[in-house]
Amino acid sequence: MTATLSPTTTAVLSLSGVSKRFGAVQALKDIDFDVHAGEVVALVGDNGAGKSTLVKTIAGVYTPDEGSMAFDGRPASVSSPAEAQELGIATVFQDLALCDNLDVVANLFLGRELYTGRALDEVTMEQESWRLLRQLSAKIPSVRIPVASLSGGQRQTVAIARSLLGEPKVVMLDEPTAALGVAQTAEVLNLVERLRENGLAVILISHNMSDVMAVADRVNVLRLGRNNGVFTVSQTSSQEIIAAITGATTNAVSQRAARREVQEEQS
Amino acid sequence: MTAPTPTPEVQATDSTAALPADLQDERLIASQGIGGFVRVFLSRLRSGDLGSLPVVVGLVVIWGAFQMQNDAFLSSRNLVNLTQQSAATGTIALGIVLVLLLGEIDLSVGSMSGLSAAILAVGFVGHGWSLPLAILAALLSGAVVGAVYGLLYTRFGVPSFVITLAGLLGFLGLQLKVLGQEGSINIPFDSGLVKFAQASFLSDAAAYVVVVAAVVVYAATRLRANQRRAAAGLSTTPVVTLAVRAVALLLLLAIPVYVLNRDRGVSYMFLLFVALVMVFDFVIRRTRWGRSVLAIGGNVEAARRAGINVRAVYVSVFVFCSTLAALGGLLAAGRLAAANQSSGGGDVNLNAIAAAVIGGTSLFGGRGTAYSALLGILVIQSISNGLSLVNLGSPERYMITGGVLLLAVIIDSLSRRSRASHGRA
Repeated sequence: MTATLSPTTTAVLSLSGVSKRFGAVQALKDIDFDVHAGEVVALVGDNGAGKSTLVKTIAGVYTPDEGSMAFDGRPASVSSPAEAQELGIATVFQDLALCDNLDVVANLFLGRELYTGRALDEVTMEQESWRLLRQLSAKIPSVRIPVASLSGGQRQTVAIARSLLGEPKVVMLDEPTAALGVAQTAEVLNLVERLRENGLAVILISHNMSDVMAVADRVNVLRLGRNNGVFTVSQTSSQEIIAAITGATTNAVSQRAARREVQEEQS
Repeated sequence: MTAPTPTPEVQATDSTAALPADLQDERLIASQGIGGFVRVFLSRLRSGDLGSLPVVVGLVVIWGAFQMQNDAFLSSRNLVNLTQQSAATGTIALGIVLVLLLGEIDLSVGSMSGLSAAILAVGFVGHGWSLPLAILAALLSGAVVGAVYGLLYTRFGVPSFVITLAGLLGFLGLQLKVLGQEGSINIPFDSGLVKFAQASFLSDAAAYVVVVAAVVVYAATRLRANQRRAAAGLSTTPVVTLAVRAVALLLLLAIPVYVLNRDRGVSYMFLLFVALVMVFDFVIRRTRWGRSVLAIGGNVEAARRAGINVRAVYVSVFVFCSTLAALGGLLAAGRLAAANQSSGGGDVNLNAIAAAVIGGTSLFGGRGTAYSALLGILVIQSISNGLSLVNLGSPERYMITGGVLLLAVIIDSLSRRSRASHGRA
């Protein structure tokens, strides 16, 4: 077993004072964010809070206007997705970016195929695919079927497994459970826990509070492009996080809850 | 991979340890022996994964129908003619297969082949260049045209349909310009190109040697793959199945060669075409470049994010397509022993595109094999050849070829829909 590293060690990835403007819009302002090895940090926030902008900044799609980034304790800057990957930051975007017409092996090794002589080394690639998928306890019946025939959860698994091939230190998952059923969501959450057990730093972007509470160690809340609190999951409630997301203790969600309590008392 | 270590509960238990790594999931339907092979085949067909079956069935039907009308159709003499007629346009169709795999199209292959023939004739006959130089110049012109298409497509994002439509007109004009006033240049019968395209045939023995060599290479590579898979703990193909396949391949190659050998034999030109098909089949299936082509045809964005140099792949595919079109033009010029204003004109363009589609390469990208060029052109040339044997000319040929093309596209669309609903897209 890989020892689960304590989150008190140096952060694998840490951002401080990151800002990003799009024309007249301040998308991110003075964002501090860090994630440690063996830790799952959830990134939550309402629509337009800046989650996607922050993810894309970390993934190298956008370059920040201000602020600094450190990777493994050393200052780093990423100006392209390829650089981010080289550094050890793997991102699984919401659309997964899989080729439906290719099989699982081809998708896993797309862009970094193994060779034997002049031909692709299908045997080693297939062997490696099984090793990787078994490691994640992935339930994929065959790696020689087109990705089109896999379920949503299995596709998510393939996308995550592919991100691991480059041996990253940080894995960013953008809404991994957004379109999944109950069982498949559980499967993906298991997978997230397995990544943590393997000593990876996981950044989980999610709208689903129960998923966040289920797997995350810490929750980083963004609101209107600013930090709005970091919560340790074991010492907080979803009420508190929702309050931070919406920016008020009385909000639509808590009002509904309160109304229901009142109704229940009356009945 | 070093970082993650397997968790204990994942490691294979005793009951599964004996099974190959890829057969351990209990949901997999076991398919062993000949019966299993047939079951897998049928279930693939039902789910719309038709592969080459429609075109093979079509070919059998066409050959049967013409043979009933005129029993000279399947004679050795006529079949040798058929191979000769197929090589040039088939080579062009091979390039079309490549662009179709990307989900793009090249409408100008006919003009390109005509231009290439004109360049060869003017250079070789008009300016007295040596034959290799003239051939090189013609092929280079194809490569340059392809590179320009690729750059226009990747830099400006103009649809390939429109770029190559412009090329279709532009290069037809250039072909006429290059040919000059006379409009027709004869290539001497004693030149290497004409000899190659008209009168070069493998000896009977050599043809059989090629057949046996092909089967041996096939069996050896499959056995070696089996060994490597076994060593890697993966499932292997049973030796019986391999033997059956090797014998089937032997018959599939030896019978046509026997029939062709009763007349002039296997022509060099047809052998060149088949060799090109095999080379590109290997390149598409077993190299990183080919995998990139399929990936781009399936999902461009995914390919780009996987770090594939998408622009370079687009440019290279257009270069291959135009160069193969130029080569096809040279073969056609050699067979005709002339380059004229109608070289590459008429139905060459559409036959080449139709051949690729009829052979089973999807118009939607990401799906198809190099062999569809071979099968498709055999269908098209069989129709054309057979109709002329039963004294029907161009009107019927155009209409029937059009109908077959429409049928092929309908089959493609239907099987695509069926694959989607059976999860085999």
